Amino acid sequence: MNEKNRNLNGVITPQNKINIFNSVISFVRKNWIGFALIAALFAIIFILEQILPASSMLFVVLKKGAIYALVAVSMNLLNGFTGLFSLGQAGFMLIGSYTYAIFTIPLEARDAVYQYFDGGIINFTVPVPVALIMAGLAAAIFAYLIGLPVLRLKSDYLAIATLGFAEIIRAVFQWDKLGPVTNGSNLLKRFPSFTSTLYPFFVSGICITIIVLLINSSYGRAFKAIRDDEIAAEAMGINLAKHKQLSFTISSFFAGVGGALLAMYQTTVQAAAFKSAMTYEILLIVVIGGIGSVTGSILSSFLFIASSEWWLRFLDDETYIGSFKVPLLASGFRKVVFSIIIMIVVLFYRQGIMGAREISIDAILRFFRKLFAKDNREEAA
Amino acid sequence: MEFLNTNLPYILAGISVGGQYALISIGYTMVYGILRLINFAHGDIFMVAGFAMVYLSATMPLFISVPFTIIITVLLGFVVERVAYKPLRSAPRMSIMISAIGVSYFLQNCAWYITSGLAKQYPKIPWISDSVSIGTATTKIVTVITPILTFVLVIALVLLIKYTKIGMAMRAMAKDFETSQLMGVKINSVISFTFIIGSFLAAIGSLLYFTNYTTVTPVAGAMPGLKAFVAAVFGGIGSIPGAVIGAFIIGICENIIKGLGWTTFSDAFTFALLIIILVAKPTGLFGEKSTDKV
Repeated sequence: MNEKNRNLNGVITPQNKINIFNSVISFVRKNWIGFALIAALFAIIFILEQILPASSMLFVVLKKGAIYALVAVSMNLLNGFTGLFSLGQAGFMLIGSYTYAIFTIPLEARDAVYQYFDGGIINFTVPVPVALIMAGLAAAIFAYLIGLPVLRLKSDYLAIATLGFAEIIRAVFQWDKLGPVTNGSNLLKRFPSFTSTLYPFFVSGICITIIVLLINSSYGRAFKAIRDDEIAAEAMGINLAKHKQLSFTISSFFAGVGGALLAMYQTTVQAAAFKSAMTYEILLIVVIGGIGSVTGSILSSFLFIASSEWWLRFLDDETYIGSFKVPLLASGFRKVVFSIIIMIVVLFYRQGIMGAREISIDAILRFFRKLFAKDNREEAA
Repeated sequence: MEFLNTNLPYILAGISVGGQYALISIGYTMVYGILRLINFAHGDIFMVAGFAMVYLSATMPLFISVPFTIIITVLLGFVVERVAYKPLRSAPRMSIMISAIGVSYFLQNCAWYITSGLAKQYPKIPWISDSVSIGTATTKIVTVITPILTFVLVIALVLLIKYTKIGMAMRAMAKDFETSQLMGVKINSVISFTFIIGSFLAAIGSLLYFTNYTTVTPVAGAMPGLKAFVAAVFGGIGSIPGAVIGAFIIGICENIIKGLGWTTFSDAFTFALLIIILVAKPTGLFGEKSTDKV
C-alpha cells in the first residue's frame, strides 16, 4: 500500500495523503471488532469500578496484571522474539521507578521524604506523563551503555552478565553517597499515583501496541531472523550488533515504563525490592504464556497475578471443616502449590499456554465459524 | 604491614568465606562442564542443607545429624537432576535453565512454607565454633579449618577425576557428550554422580558457612550461589582448580571491600568482576579454549 501511495521520489503528495486517510479508515473498518472489544473492555472496567468497592481483589489483580503484562511483553520482545536471554529486567524496572519517583515527588513533600538528605538536590518536578517517558528513557540509556559490552556474550553468559548488572544497579541506588538523589536505602514516597484501574490499562495498552507494531515491522522480522539463526541472519545483511542493541534498548525502555507504573501502584519505592527473584517471576510469566507470544504473555500475567494474589489465597489460611483441620494449609503453602504448577508447565508443557501463536480476532471468528459449520453439517446428516 | 595488621580480620574472614564459596562453586563448574547448564538451584540446595541441619540437630545428637544432613542434601541434588533436568536433556539449553530457575523458586518457596519465613538459628557445632586468636585478630576455629578442609577435598576430587573410571567418564563427557555416549559411557549415571559430588560439597560448605553466619533464611542460598557461580566463571568454567582460586579471590576481595567501609558494594564488586572477566577473557583464568561462549 505504501509503495503505491508514494510517487517516484518517495514523497507523499496531497493526493496520496487522502489515500493514506482512506487506508486508515479502511484499517479501522477492517478491525472494528478489535476496536469495539477494546472500548467494551474499558467500559466494563469503568462500570465495575462504579459498582464494586474499590478494595475488591479484582482491581488489585487488574492493576498489577496490566503492569506485569507490559513488563512480560517487554521481556518477551527480548527473550522470545530476539532470542537474547537477558535477566536484567528488574534492574531496568528499578531505574524506571526511581526516575519516575525522583522527578514527581511534589516540592512541598521533599523535605519529609528526603529527611536525612536535606530535601534532596532536585528542586523541580515534571508532569506525570513526561516522568513516565523519562523513566523509560533513563532505563533505555542505561541499557544502551550496558549493552555495549554485554551483548557480545551469548545465551547463559548473557543471562548471568545482565543479572549481575541488575544487582550492581540495585547496589548503586542504595549507596548513601547518592542519597540526595535516590534517598539512599530509604523509601521514596508521596509521588502522584493512580486510583483508577483504567490508568495502567491505558498506559500498558499503548506500550504493548507499540511493541506489537515493532514486532510486525521489518525490524521485528530482523529480530526473529536473529533468533532463529544468527549466521543466516547476518548473511542476509542484518546488522547483528545494531539490531540486538535496538531490541535490548527498546525492551528496557518499556521495562522502565513498567517500573514507573509499578511504583505508582505501590505508592512507595525501595531499591531493595527489585531482587533477581522479581526477574525470575517475570521470566516464569513469559514461559507460562509461551515464549514468542505477546497475547500469551498478557494472558499469563493476569493468570499469574490472579492466582498468586487471589485465587490461591485460601491455601494460606488454616481451614477447619467441622473440627477437622485441613492438613498442609498454612502461610506460604500457596507459593508451594504455585511453584509446583510452574514446574509442571516448564517440564511437560514447554510451549506454555500459547506457544508461539497469538490470539487474534480472525482466529476466534474462524473457530466459531468452523464450529457452526460443523453443527450445521451434523444437523443435515 | 600496617595494612595487613588492620585488615587481618577481614582477610581471615575472606579466606574462610572463599573456601566456602569454593566448595559450592565446584558443584557449578562440574555441572556446567558436563551439561553446559547453569544450575541456578545449586545455591538453594546449599540453603536446604542449612535448614536440614537446623531441624535434624534439634532432635538428634550431632554425630548423627551431620551425616544425615549430608545424605539429605545429596539425595536432593540427585532427585532434582532426575526430575527437573533429565526429561529436558534433548531440549534447548534455555529450557533447562528455565527449569533450573523453576526449581530454585520451588525450593525457596518450600523453605518459606516450612519455616514460615523466619530466620532460624544455626546450631553450634562444638569445637569449630570456638574462638581462637591469630596475631591481632580473634576468630572462630572454622575460619582456620575451612581452607584446610577445602584443599583436602579438592585434592581428593582431582585425584578421583584423574585416576578413577568414573572420573575418566566425566572428563570424556565434558570433552564430547555424544561421542562418549557412543563409546559406552552411561551418561545418566555419570551425570547423577556429578550432581551427588556437587551436593556433597555444597553440604560441607553449608556446615562451614552457617557456622560462621549463624542464621539460615529461605533466601540465604541465593547470594552465595551466585557468587560461587561467578567464582567458577572467573576461574574458567569447567576447571576445578580455577573455581577454587576464583572463589578465594572473590572471598578475600569482598571482605577487604567490607573492611574499607564499602559494604554496599561488596556484592556489586563480584558482579563487576564477572562482567570484566566475561568481556576481557571469557574463558576465565584456567578455562580451556572454547568457541561457544562468546
